[in-house]
Amino acid sequence: MNILRTIRVSLRALNRNKMRSFLTALGIIIGVGAVIATISIGQGAKREVEKRFESMGTNLLFVRPGSHSYRGRQGGGGTYQNLTPDDAKAIAEKADAVQYVSPSVSTRSQVIYGNKNWNTSIYGVGDKYPEIRNWEVEEGIFFDEQMVRSGQKVCVLGSEVNENLFEGADPIGQIIRIKKIPFRVIGVLKSRGESGGWFNRDDMITIPYTTAQRRLIGMIDRIQSIDISAVSAAKTTEATEQIEEILRIRHKIAPGAEDDFYVGNMSEIAEGAAQSREIMTILLGAIASVSLLVGGIGIMNIMLVSVTERIREIGIRMSVGAREKDILLQFLAEAIVLSILGGFLGIGLGIVGSKLISRFTELQTLVSMGSVALAFLFAGSIGVFFGFYPARKASKLDPIEALRYE
Amino acid sequence: MENNHLIQLENVKKIYKVGETQVNALRGLSYNINEGDFLAIMGPSGSGKSTLMNILGCLDKPTEGKYFLEGEEVSTLDKNKLARIRNKKIGFVFQTFNLLSRTTALENTELPLLYSSMSKKKMRELASKSLSIVGLEGRELHRTNQLSGGEQQRVAIARALVNNPSLILADEPTGNLDTKTGKEIMDIFKKLNQEKNITIILVTHEPELALIARRRVHLRDGQIIKKEESA
Repeated sequence: MNILRTIRVSLRALNRNKMRSFLTALGIIIGVGAVIATISIGQGAKREVEKRFESMGTNLLFVRPGSHSYRGRQGGGGTYQNLTPDDAKAIAEKADAVQYVSPSVSTRSQVIYGNKNWNTSIYGVGDKYPEIRNWEVEEGIFFDEQMVRSGQKVCVLGSEVNENLFEGADPIGQIIRIKKIPFRVIGVLKSRGESGGWFNRDDMITIPYTTAQRRLIGMIDRIQSIDISAVSAAKTTEATEQIEEILRIRHKIAPGAEDDFYVGNMSEIAEGAAQSREIMTILLGAIASVSLLVGGIGIMNIMLVSVTERIREIGIRMSVGAREKDILLQFLAEAIVLSILGGFLGIGLGIVGSKLISRFTELQTLVSMGSVALAFLFAGSIGVFFGFYPARKASKLDPIEALRYE
Repeated sequence: MENNHLIQLENVKKIYKVGETQVNALRGLSYNINEGDFLAIMGPSGSGKSTLMNILGCLDKPTEGKYFLEGEEVSTLDKNKLARIRNKKIGFVFQTFNLLSRTTALENTELPLLYSSMSKKKMRELASKSLSIVGLEGRELHRTNQLSGGEQQRVAIARALVNNPSLILADEPTGNLDTKTGKEIMDIFKKLNQEKNITIILVTHEPELALIARRRVHLRDGQIIKKEESA
């Protein structure tokens, strides 16, 4: 019997028991649907992360203090402030693969305006910071080089802070208090509509780093990190090398000794974040595929019942010349057709399900062709795997006994 | 082969093992059947009729002895080759009809052709022709459960005929039918034998029916005890 004919025969057999066939396929439908929907959640999250990092710019670099040893005492990364504003200046002057440089320090503080207060992050940065981070100022201006040099008490608000403190009133020119020190609001950053997450620019206040050093942190000659943009995304590696060279000389690090600073870039972080989402996706998919496995067991169960019910039919077919192979293929085809039809419906269910998830929850979903293909393939192989044993059992029947079976 | 017998049985034995005990179903049976014969195998139950039938129909193999069908020794063939022989050379008609339920007469008749490579169109054509031979023209699309017992047996005969076999084996074909319908079925066999020269082997325990056959063998305890021939 050729394949098409086998499929037609199996479709007819399945059609005879519509309700049972549907219920059997339901296990696969739900399994495939669950796999596709959960993977779509994971991939949606991964995509979200990638998008966020993309808008921040892949040419972004940063320098943080690394591990250091001081008189034999070993310390971990970031435990010791060994970067100075002069380091930042040197990088800006000497590294030609670097576009902008901004020293930065940060802290958290309660911010007060009138009778309202709000706890937020305070970033002390240089005047080039908006260019580095790809930020736009919505109202007013960002502080300029002169304001930074002279350490003026000015600030630029994130949109969420603006909303919470001013509630729609014009903030420009108003005085707010950060750690009881008055700051004049000179600008508001454009909102990105982010809620939570990393580097949320909406819930923060930027002030000149010099002001932050003197007034808020009390650490004049040290900075916590240096934010840098390379001239282009392609130049990040070159920029990294130049920065390392400059800092090694400035920090008097002997050849072969370990750096006491760390130069990182955004694409590294983005990759890491995306990877953690990937792991989540795999985990979710694995859990969902358990239901697919259960569906497969359902198919095996029904196929075994079906073989027992149709022993006489098998006997008849054998008596008119069906070989073992023909019977095997017939029942195997039924199992595969069931699971593939279930797979198709499950793909539909999964796509609809993930659309509903992204509509009614905050989760973003993304149905990729890969996950559809994977689920489909998985369903097909489950049909083969769980259909084989019943089909083999059918094909091994003795025609004489099968014909006599009541 | 030195002769042109359709079937040659040489000292065929069949021994079943049921637990510890051995059952000798056939005890060294030798017999030849010519092409175009109409043979009735008779005997009480337990005489080995069914066992002989299964061996002749290539559903089973003898424990000992040789079975030649059209000069080919089939007693040594494996399962798949036996299936091919059943498909090409043998047609079965059973007491209980053994049709596929909820399936049309035409599809039932086509069943053996499904296992030979043949176009759908050719299958339809052969099956329709076969059904018209047994007088079921116009009933092709009736389902099994819409047909009377006599009609069902006619479909079974049509199915046995469809691949133009060398041999039709009928096992108590009228056992589940009333006398009148049984007579009609026997007439079909007779017609097929006379007009189409198809070899027919009939298993029955009704002497009346056996008289239609040209030759009769009586079995008892796995051995032929009597051979008869009509004039």
